[in-house]
Amino acid sequence: MAIHDATPVESRMLSVLVENHAGVLSRVVGLFSARGFNIRSLAVGETEDPTASRITLVAEGDQKTIEQIKKQLNKLLDVIKVQDLSEEGFVDRELMLVKLRNTPQVKEALKSVMSQFRAQVADENHSLITLECTETRENAKKIFALLKGIGIVEIAQTGAVALSNKLPKN
Amino acid sequence: MSKMTGAQAVVEAFTREGVEYVFGLPGGACLPLFDALYDAKFKVILVRHEQGAVHMAEGYARSTGRPGVVVVTSGPGATNTVTGIADAYMDSIPLVVITGQVKSFLIGNDAFQEADVTGITRPITKHNYLVKNVNDLPRILKEAFTIATSGRPGPVLIDFPSDISLQTVDFEYPSEVSVRGFKPVVEAHSGQIKKAAELIMASKRPVVYTGGGVVISGAAKELIAFVEKTQAPCTNTLMGLGSVPGTHPLFMGMLGMHGTVFANRAVHESDLLIAVGARFDDRVTGDLKKFAPTAKVIHIDVDPSAISKNIKVDVPIVGDVKQVLIELNKLVGKIDTGTWLADIEKWKKESPLRYKDDGDLIRPQYAIQRLCDILGSDAIVSTDVGQHQMWAAQYFKLNGPNQFLTSGGLGTMGYGFPAAIGAQFAFPKKTVVCISGDGSIQMNIQEMATAVLHKLPVKIAIINNNYLGMVRQWQETFYNHRYSSSTMSGNPDFVALAKAYGATGRCVTRKNEVDEAIEWSKTITDRPCVLDFVVTEEENVYPMIPAGRSFEEIIDMA
Repeated sequence: MAIHDATPVESRMLSVLVENHAGVLSRVVGLFSARGFNIRSLAVGETEDPTASRITLVAEGDQKTIEQIKKQLNKLLDVIKVQDLSEEGFVDRELMLVKLRNTPQVKEALKSVMSQFRAQVADENHSLITLECTETRENAKKIFALLKGIGIVEIAQTGAVALSNKLPKN
Repeated sequence: MSKMTGAQAVVEAFTREGVEYVFGLPGGACLPLFDALYDAKFKVILVRHEQGAVHMAEGYARSTGRPGVVVVTSGPGATNTVTGIADAYMDSIPLVVITGQVKSFLIGNDAFQEADVTGITRPITKHNYLVKNVNDLPRILKEAFTIATSGRPGPVLIDFPSDISLQTVDFEYPSEVSVRGFKPVVEAHSGQIKKAAELIMASKRPVVYTGGGVVISGAAKELIAFVEKTQAPCTNTLMGLGSVPGTHPLFMGMLGMHGTVFANRAVHESDLLIAVGARFDDRVTGDLKKFAPTAKVIHIDVDPSAISKNIKVDVPIVGDVKQVLIELNKLVGKIDTGTWLADIEKWKKESPLRYKDDGDLIRPQYAIQRLCDILGSDAIVSTDVGQHQMWAAQYFKLNGPNQFLTSGGLGTMGYGFPAAIGAQFAFPKKTVVCISGDGSIQMNIQEMATAVLHKLPVKIAIINNNYLGMVRQWQETFYNHRYSSSTMSGNPDFVALAKAYGATGRCVTRKNEVDEAIEWSKTITDRPCVLDFVVTEEENVYPMIPAGRSFEEIIDMA
C-alpha cells in the first residue's frame, strides 16, 4: 500500500454551479473551513439560468487535496456541477479598482498602464483618479507594481471569474 | 390533494414513509407539531433529554436499517441534539430530525429559545433545511427521507418555524425527488470490477478488510459468500462487526488499534487488501506510511470522497457494496491461500486474544465473555465508549450484522443506553444489552425513566472499574501514571438508582456470581435490568497499537 506522493501545492480554477438560494455560499465556504482547504479567491454571481449561481473559486492544494475538494463539493446537495477549469482551459478576469491621487506623475503612469493592459479611468475629479482594470490576476499584479509608490490611496479587488474556453460536452 | 396544517403535513409524511417511532421532547416552538403528533398512528416516545432521543433514533436505525426520526423544540432542544447528529453523521446513520424554530418573522431577533440551528448543524448533516414557505414542506420532507437513506446515509435536519407549522398547505407528497445536485449511486464500473477480480485471483496473501458499509448496504451474505469462495481471511473494523459471524473460521476479529495481533499482522504482511465499505480511519491504520506496506489495495465504497482520501488505491470501485460483491462473486474463485491461512493460524496460536483470569475478582473481559455465552450471539449489543467498548468488540462474538450498535466515528460516551432503548423498541422480543462503563452510563442515565415507562427489558451491563478507564489506561501508558481527573469517585449506587427509576438490578462483585446474575437478568422481562459488575480496576485493553504507530510497535498482553 502506498500513501499519496507529495505533489507541489498548486492553484486550481474551479467553477461550481450551485442552486441559487439562501445558505448555499455558506455551505461551500463552510466545507472549506471545516476540512482545512484553502481558498485564494472566490466570486459568486447569477448565470443565464436564474435558478443557478456560479461560484468561481481558486483553490490551493496538492493533487490529493484538490481531488478531495472536488469530491466533497460534489457531495453537497446544492452543488449541481463542479468543473476543474485548470484541466479544460479557461478565460479568467478579475476587476481591480485603484484609487490614486490626481497628480501629473500619476497621469503619466496611467497612460502607460492603459496602453499595455485592459484598464481605463472610471472616475476623475480634481484630487482623485479611479482606475478600473479588468485583467488576469498576473496582470493585475503587474499593474499594481507599476503604480506602487506613486500615489495609490486604496485598492479594491474582486476574485477571479472564469469560464471554460471549450463548448460544453453535453 | 388535501388541505392540512404544516404540522399535520409532517405527520402525514411520516405516516407515508412508514415511520414506526418518533423520539422527541416538546417545547414552545414545536407545540403545534406535538399537537398533530397526538393523533398520529405511529408511536411518539417522550425522552428525558434530547440527546437521548437522537441516540434512540440511531439505535433504531442501526438495528433495523430504516431511518430514525426525532422531533424536538427550538434553541436548547435543538442544540441538545447536536452531539447525536454529529454521531450519526460520522457513522453514516440515516436520521430525519425536525427541530421547532421560533416564528419565521422573529428569526434573527435573538428571540426566546432561538438558535441558528441550520448554521450550527451545517457541517454535521448530510443536508439541512429551514422551512420558509409551507408549500415547500411536502417536497422538503420527501427529500429529507430520500437523502437520509440513499447512497452513504446520514442525518438530515429540518428547522421548522412554529408559525409555518400552523399555516395551511395543499398536501401532495411527491413520489420522487428532483434535485439537480442529488447524485444517486451509480452502477459500479464493470471494467474496474474485472480488474479487481484479476488482482484477487493473482494474490497469494489477500486480506478482506470490511467496515460499516457492508452493514449499511445489507451485504453480509454476499461478503460471507465472497470470503468462503475465495478462501481469503477477513477482518472487520469496529463498525463492521457482525458482517461475518464472530466464530467464522476465516474471520480474524477486529483490526486496528485494539484489534487482534493476528489480524493486524495479516494486514501487515498481506499482498492484497480488499477494503469493502471501510474508510482507512486513523484508528485502523495508525501510521499510514507503515500500514500494509506490501499490499496492493482494492477499495469498494459508495462514497467517492472516501476513496483515495487517506491512501493511494490501486483499484478504486465506486458503487453500492452489495451490488459490487454480487458482481465480483461471479468472477472470482478459490485462491490458493492454504499456506497463508496456516501462517495466520500459527500467529493466532502464538498471540491469541487473551486476558489474565485468576483470582475471584471479576476481570472485565470475563464479564463480557460470559454475557456473550449466556445471552447468546443473536443478542443486539450496544456499547458506550472506552475500554468496555473495545472489550465488547473483542469478546462479544456476534452472529450477524445490525447487532452491534456502537459509536465508532465520534466516540460518544452516553450513546449506548439510549441506542439500546431504540433497538429494543424496534425488536421487543430480542435480547438487547447495553455494555457500558461507570463513566459512560452516567451521561444519559436519565433515559432509564423512558425505558421503565415502556417496560423495556434492556439489560445494562456496567463494567464498573471506578475510572474513566480508557483515559486512565492512556495516562498509565503515556503520562507516567498521572491519573488526572480520571477517577470516578462519587459514583452512585447504580442498583439503587435503577430501583429509584422503577427498574431493577444487581451488583456483582465476585467471579462466581457472574453467571447466576446474567441468568437472573434473563428472567426480567418487563423493565430494564442493571448488572453492576464491579471489576478489577486497572485492567488494560490489549493488544494496543499506540496512536500514530504501526503494527511493528503493537503492545500485546504481558
